[in-house]
Amino acid sequence: MEPSALGNVASLAYSLPEIVLGAAVVLLFLLDLVVKRKETLGDVALVALALVVVLSARLLWGDSVALFNGAIVVDGFALFFKLLLALAAFAAVWMSLGSREIQRAGTGEYWAVLLASTLGLLFMASSTNLLMAYLSLEFVSLTSYVMAGFVRHSRRASEASLKYLIYGGVASGTMIYGMSWVYGLAGSLDFRAIHAAMMAGEGMALPLFLALLLTLAGLGYKVAAFPFHMWAPDVYQGAPIPVTAFLAVGSKAAGFALMIRFFFTAMAQSAGEGVYQLVGGVDWSQLILVLSMVTMTFGNLAAITQQGNVKRLLAYSSIAHAGYMLMGFAVLSDDGVRAMLFYLTVYYLMNLGAFVVVMLVANSTGREDLAGYRGLAWRGGAVPAVAMAIFLFSLTGLPPLAGFVGKFYLFAAVVEKQLYLLAVVGVLNSVVSLVYYARIVKTMFLEQPTGGEGAVAVDWHNGVLLGLLMIGTLVLGVAWGPLIDFAGRSSHFLQY
Amino acid sequence: MPTNVLTWMIFLPVIGAIVVLCLPRNAANLIRGTATFFTVPPLIMAVWLFQNFDRTTNEMQFVTKIPWIPSFNIQYFVGVDGISITMVLLTALLSFICIIASFGIEKAMKAYFALFLVLDAAMMGVFCALDFFLFFVFWEVMLLPMYFLIGIWGGPRREYAAIKFFLYTMVGSVLMLVAMLALYFYAEPHTFDLLELASRSSSYSTGFQRIAWIGLFIGFAIKIPAFPFHTWLPDAHVEAPTAISVILAGVLLKMGTYGILRINYPILPAATLDFAFYLLIALGTWNIVYGALCAMAQTDFKKLIAYSSISHMGYVMFGMATMTPEGINGAVLQMFNHGTVTAMLFLLVGVIYDRAHHREINGFGGLAGIMPFYTGWTALAFFAAMGLPGLSAFISEVLVLLGGWRNYPGLTIVSASAVVLTAGYMLWTMQRIYLGKPNEKYLDLPDINGREVFTLVPLGILVVVLGVYPRPILDLINVSLVHLNQVVAGKAQVALAAASRMVP
Repeated sequence: MEPSALGNVASLAYSLPEIVLGAAVVLLFLLDLVVKRKETLGDVALVALALVVVLSARLLWGDSVALFNGAIVVDGFALFFKLLLALAAFAAVWMSLGSREIQRAGTGEYWAVLLASTLGLLFMASSTNLLMAYLSLEFVSLTSYVMAGFVRHSRRASEASLKYLIYGGVASGTMIYGMSWVYGLAGSLDFRAIHAAMMAGEGMALPLFLALLLTLAGLGYKVAAFPFHMWAPDVYQGAPIPVTAFLAVGSKAAGFALMIRFFFTAMAQSAGEGVYQLVGGVDWSQLILVLSMVTMTFGNLAAITQQGNVKRLLAYSSIAHAGYMLMGFAVLSDDGVRAMLFYLTVYYLMNLGAFVVVMLVANSTGREDLAGYRGLAWRGGAVPAVAMAIFLFSLTGLPPLAGFVGKFYLFAAVVEKQLYLLAVVGVLNSVVSLVYYARIVKTMFLEQPTGGEGAVAVDWHNGVLLGLLMIGTLVLGVAWGPLIDFAGRSSHFLQY
Repeated sequence: MPTNVLTWMIFLPVIGAIVVLCLPRNAANLIRGTATFFTVPPLIMAVWLFQNFDRTTNEMQFVTKIPWIPSFNIQYFVGVDGISITMVLLTALLSFICIIASFGIEKAMKAYFALFLVLDAAMMGVFCALDFFLFFVFWEVMLLPMYFLIGIWGGPRREYAAIKFFLYTMVGSVLMLVAMLALYFYAEPHTFDLLELASRSSSYSTGFQRIAWIGLFIGFAIKIPAFPFHTWLPDAHVEAPTAISVILAGVLLKMGTYGILRINYPILPAATLDFAFYLLIALGTWNIVYGALCAMAQTDFKKLIAYSSISHMGYVMFGMATMTPEGINGAVLQMFNHGTVTAMLFLLVGVIYDRAHHREINGFGGLAGIMPFYTGWTALAFFAAMGLPGLSAFISEVLVLLGGWRNYPGLTIVSASAVVLTAGYMLWTMQRIYLGKPNEKYLDLPDINGREVFTLVPLGILVVVLGVYPRPILDLINVSLVHLNQVVAGKAQVALAAASRMVP
């Protein structure tokens, strides 16, 4: 079999999700000029994203093909992420429609920018070319800066946006410098060609190591891994809540997608039986392993010190979770990738859920600080409090919640490779994370309201989303068979 | 019913929890009644199990085995043998009693009873699970309701006690998780089935066994709690509401020793043999003496009972470590007996706390004249805890010490002498609270009421009957334990003899 990439025109049939999304962006900008009620634009965005989900799902039954002369591919791995990312965007739009913050801003281009960002994420998940990868990543970054600073009259949001921009600029500059080294070493930007060059080349371990290190800066920035995490706390805290949720889930997932694909297809090759071996003479898996341990430990320890803003705490928690997921990366196996895909899905449910609760509290009381959650369960907010407890304990990794299953598969992949040190560091980190997750639960349940906190109401719009995420977190905690099988089928790359 | 009886026992309380949550908030009696109603069928089924249990085999009985996640070889696999059936009986009984003992709870009743029922289900699940993954899930599920039950309905320092309990247990359980995964990948073909894992025990290298053993042991030792992991216990017991203290001491502590018997012993026999002779026996003895000395120093009634639990659980570890049929039988019997005796003690502390709203031992005096029936019940529980002949704990402690005598005469003498310490703090407490000059403030305390007596009667009967005639329990456990003892110690009698010469 001689698989080859499709040409530009033939590729269009496989790009329907992206085409729809692109068309929707244009349509939204145009509609913004004529439509008075800006929520209508949100509804249009929802329809577009639902369509993207359906179109992506349809491709699952098709063949894996490389498109546009090898710039992007459609394979199980890419489609898994496309579904996840489109659903993340869907949830973010849904949240935005129910968010006081966004409604107050009341501008129409928000929806278009969000969809544009999603488009970039979809490309990130399917890029097989460094140029394409860089362009899509930059596209996502630029739209994210806009979204983070969207609430224009909020100083906090402007600050977040600026910090995001500066850190992002540095990270992407570093990354493209690293990519240029890769190009210099391999003579190509195409993942497949880089892989071939790595197989042939020798004696370039040191420059390659530097090149990969520099490239990791940009990818680590997207997934918020130590030491490229610095933007996360400020941006999470400053950005509007739906945007924070979108960045925490969508941006991170796409970052992992690109990272996995680049390293697994260009810098490693399958050694059969679901195991990968390194090529090019650089043991980057050790690097990832250390990065993983440092990231999760730093994220968790830093989160413990956070007593104030809950969004900021969740930012550190998201850093820690990036560390957990990197474990699945470091083990270089299909099981590891499967565990990461599964974990990302579960993370989507529980982390988004936590942000929905944060938004509900902020909508009703305008507060995001921990003290605003005091006695939440005893002042009419029992439903959000219980939901939050479920999400937080799931993030901790306690059964019978989905987060436990996710961590279970990650640790299983690690133990299978007999990396016991990593496994022990990982599980002890789960215990550390309990300290700060339980602190929020304690504030909500064990403390009594002092009276000034105000009531928290759940409207049906946000309630539906909250309910779905909660059901997902609970159901995947006991019946995760279909999802893990799907993740297993998706943890293969098109090797054309 | 026969085939799925255990499944019903585990999941009926879960259904109960959901039903309770659906009840109207202010229908107090309806909530109490419903909660009680869902603990009765498990109790009846437990009696049925007791009658139909085949006492002549060490095979698992009443087994249900359904694939859960086939791609990872995870099963829903439950069953009981002689070791677990006593714990199932104890759990069913104490759950029922504790629901009744909780009728005084008024704050957020629905949540309390729902959480309690979930806790009940998880405990039952731990004792029935024969798949390691399932075991682990139940083990962890227990933490959440416990955290809230202590944290919301507990005493003044409840927040601290709740999170301390949670963190301690979680440290143990995550190490167990790693050990569990290591076992899974070490066994070929990969499996979580505890029986399968045990049947392949001879293929695990000794080095691997030792590491896995330590990982599992820390998890279980925290639950027992073995010194030095015991510091969560006094806090949790003291701050928890009465019924929860009963569950903690009566059932949860046993999970630690049960886990060692169910997992460490049969699956890692070589390592067990290594560690039993030094670590386990030493920790057992130390727990006995240290717990008793700490108990003696307490002025808080409940804290005293909590430390006495540490001491009494020491006998269980001691008996297990002796590797003799007497010792190991005595250990499991002691698990059951301690469950009933300590439950009585905590219920009795609850009685006085409900009336006087404090538990300061020196703050009472002469209660015997004011509350004669209450004093009578306390005397029974105290004498049982002391190991007075004719009451249940005596038999189990004697068996444990008999088992120890052969291999560890020195340590057995130390452990046996600790009985004097126990008698010391028990009698001294008796004297300070019930005898002497009555405290003016408490002259008109009402005596123990009908509901409280109702919770004590079944336990009192068990304490007395098993003190005279322990056969009902011994017959249940004997075959399984003798078999287990053979698995671990039988192959290595030589090693045993050699080791016994080295240890005093």
